[in-house]
Amino acid sequence: MTKADAAVAIRGVTKDFGEVRALEDIDLEVYAGEFVSLIGPSGCGKSTLLRVIGDLVQPTRGEAFVNGKAAHQARLDRDYGIVFQDAVLYDWRTVSKNIALPLEMLGWDRAKRAARVRELTELVELTGFESHHPWQLSGGMQQRVSIARALSFEPAILLMDEPFGALDEMTRERLNMELLQIWERSKSTIVFVTHSIPEAVFLSTRVVVMSARPGRIAGVVEVDLPQPRSAESREEPRFFELVTEVRERLRAVGGLPSGPDRIAESAK
Amino acid sequence: MHRLDARRLGRQALTFVLVVGALWGFWEAFRVLGEASGLRIGQFHPDDRTMPHIHDMFGQFFEPSRRNGPLLISVLWDAALFTAKEALLGFLMGAAAGFVLAVLLAHSRLLERGLLPFIVASQTIPILAIAPMVVVWLQKGSFAVSVIAAYLTFFPVTINTLRGLLSANPSALELMRSYAANKWAVLWKVRVPASMPYFFTALKVSATASVVGAIIGELPSSIQGGLGGAILNFNQYYLSSPPSLWATIIVASLLGIVFFGAVALAERLVVRRAPENVA
Repeated sequence: MTKADAAVAIRGVTKDFGEVRALEDIDLEVYAGEFVSLIGPSGCGKSTLLRVIGDLVQPTRGEAFVNGKAAHQARLDRDYGIVFQDAVLYDWRTVSKNIALPLEMLGWDRAKRAARVRELTELVELTGFESHHPWQLSGGMQQRVSIARALSFEPAILLMDEPFGALDEMTRERLNMELLQIWERSKSTIVFVTHSIPEAVFLSTRVVVMSARPGRIAGVVEVDLPQPRSAESREEPRFFELVTEVRERLRAVGGLPSGPDRIAESAK
Repeated sequence: MHRLDARRLGRQALTFVLVVGALWGFWEAFRVLGEASGLRIGQFHPDDRTMPHIHDMFGQFFEPSRRNGPLLISVLWDAALFTAKEALLGFLMGAAAGFVLAVLLAHSRLLERGLLPFIVASQTIPILAIAPMVVVWLQKGSFAVSVIAAYLTFFPVTINTLRGLLSANPSALELMRSYAANKWAVLWKVRVPASMPYFFTALKVSATASVVGAIIGELPSSIQGGLGGAILNFNQYYLSSPPSLWATIIVASLLGIVFFGAVALAERLVVRRAPENVA
């Protein structure tokens, strides 16, 4: 596959914040229709990398390409939607108006906006809550509004920065399932940053493991679990094998403790 | 989503009545006991001149304002309307000017650093010194009074709205960047709505400030028709009817309260926030 086929192509990207090197020499390709997770210890630069793709942060060296164009142009052309860990909803707007925000920016007329908002509200299962305000919703519901908003203008690419990080385990698993259904229906490409190994394996076609200080790509794990995934996928033996493989890679880059209990040792 | 249930209103009304009643009681108690006991605090002692009975103040409304003249209540009503018009125009001008200024300062650090000291300094000049100057520039008349009222109004609006415009959540701004939004879109879709609670807090302060400004503004212009004129008049003839001046003060404060209430009502309608986030 050439660079032209890649939905997202990152070439030699390095990012320094003053003295601190957040990313070093990152080369990565994400192909159309993939679901790629970025996982790694704190400080590995995964959120920064996501923002480089979205042209919200400029790399110190190297380039990022989205849909065959420079990331900057892709942002101006609105080729991607982004979801943050915090839902970032506007308190003064209702759920419907929050979802419609990018459509307003794109200049869609009222009727088109209303129709699309109705579709999306159904998609994220929030019918009945259209006139509610963000403070009246739970964390999981707010995040669903945020996802609906990101999808409203049908971007080819979705960038997600630990969107379910602030939610409890059960809500998280449910939203994982919903996200996969949305991914299948919309056929978009998703780049997903997470701290959770099971989540990364469950959702992705590939898991990119990153190391910290400076942020580098340490390895890639292909997730060959069958599609479409279901709740049962989490109980397959292959799932546990893959989780273990990702875990070992993380351990190798120092993302997880390894060896015997150090506290016990040093107490001797 | 109406928070006006009857029980809550009832309780608020009852609290209000009790507080007013308590204050009324303190006043009368102080007056009656002070007078009976011959209380003196320096030069001050309670009597009909220094502390008229509150029922005398209210009774005065229904007396002629001067010999063979119209009732005080009708005179004060006309004066209040007169001043209200001036104050309203001043309030609107001041609010608009304050808002525009805040938007300018929010977009240019250079302007902010350059202009803010002067804006602050402008408020330190006593209004009694500025008012005659405004009258000299604009000629006597209602418009000059409105300008003086606007002068007292714009400052809280500028300072608070500026804070509000800059208070937008950085993530919200990052989101707008992901939509390749231009500065206008960011202003109208994010910054201005984010500033509304701050803006209305300032308007509440300005509501009363504009009434005060209008009353003071009438003084150098020797305008007879408003509350300023009435205050001067009843002050000059205080000894012949002490309750008249007090009655005028009551009307002036009621005017301020009406303005404040109107702004509070507008805030209810405009500002949609989680209840705990409204100042």
